[in-house]
Amino acid sequence: MGTVNFIWNLTKNYFTFGLIGLTVSDRYASIVPVGGISMSPTFNPHDDSSMRALTRDFVVVEKLCLEKFKFSLGDVVVFSSPTNHKEKNIKRITALPGDLVSTPHYDAVVIPEGHCWVEGDNQAWSLDSRSFGPIPLGLVRGRVTHVVWPPHRVAPFRQTLNCYLAICYILVTVHGFVALEQRTFRK
Amino acid sequence: MRLFQYLSQWKSKAKDGIQQSLLIAKFLCLLHVTNNYVFSPVMVYGPSMLPTLNLTGDVLLVEHLSPLLDKLGPGDVILVRSPDNPRKTVTKRIIGMEGDTVTFLADPSRSDRYISLKVPKGHVWIQGDNIFASKDSRQLGPIPCGLILGKVLYRVWPPEGFGSL
Repeated sequence: MGTVNFIWNLTKNYFTFGLIGLTVSDRYASIVPVGGISMSPTFNPHDDSSMRALTRDFVVVEKLCLEKFKFSLGDVVVFSSPTNHKEKNIKRITALPGDLVSTPHYDAVVIPEGHCWVEGDNQAWSLDSRSFGPIPLGLVRGRVTHVVWPPHRVAPFRQTLNCYLAICYILVTVHGFVALEQRTFRK
Repeated sequence: MRLFQYLSQWKSKAKDGIQQSLLIAKFLCLLHVTNNYVFSPVMVYGPSMLPTLNLTGDVLLVEHLSPLLDKLGPGDVILVRSPDNPRKTVTKRIIGMEGDTVTFLADPSRSDRYISLKVPKGHVWIQGDNIFASKDSRQLGPIPCGLILGKVLYRVWPPEGFGSL
């Protein structure tokens, strides 16, 4: 009788813990590992293929932004890939609805309402909006706020890159305008 | 001595309160998980699904397991996060899954011109039942599977329309 009771209590505790964990990770925040080098200067700066499992970065993803879906330029977001909804990607928002973007494939696009443009920080190794176009904001699953592992890189990183991003944004916008201008000129 | 008595009284009360709030927290968590992963009631209205759903508002029971398990097929009525406004949800019917070829009227109120195209990988083609008053894949293009929130199972309200869809 004692063992049955013990097992019953154990399952009950596991169940409760699971419920609370799932709720917190859905509504408030969760910690996820970052794989791959598409965000390389920001996450996974030294990628050794032999030590990949050990040197992976872990980041805090907050979910409170999903109440309003208000994002600002330069937010790093986790979103489910538009080509495979089971896969999660992590990229930086570089343009919001109404902005103008120019790319090699689509030569100047205005981001439609409710969409955003995402790009990896490591432009050479990133599969992002430059290949699949703007993504709906509804695919976004959370915003990254901190790196929590490895210990020597623990830091909120948003402020450090804001300057770099402002420059990036200006460049992208100017580029877009130039491309649009050229297109109208060609007509 | 009296102070000690007060303290012990207060302690037992605090313990009681913590236990009660823990119970409520557990209940809310259970509610959240059921609502997000099993089924939830949703109120929908609008003209886009007209013969199937009423204009004035229906309460539907939506289950969230089939999108997770990839059990959706053409003909299912689904709840989708609107691609042009992430705060809104819409109900539409799946016409084609990824890899299917769909054919649709480009502009039903003006011409009979048909367009056929192939749905890309990881996307679905959704359309409202009322093709004259529906904003769907014909304007927005194929929808990524990640936007699908659930499959509509039953109509709960109004009572005379109760039944599966």
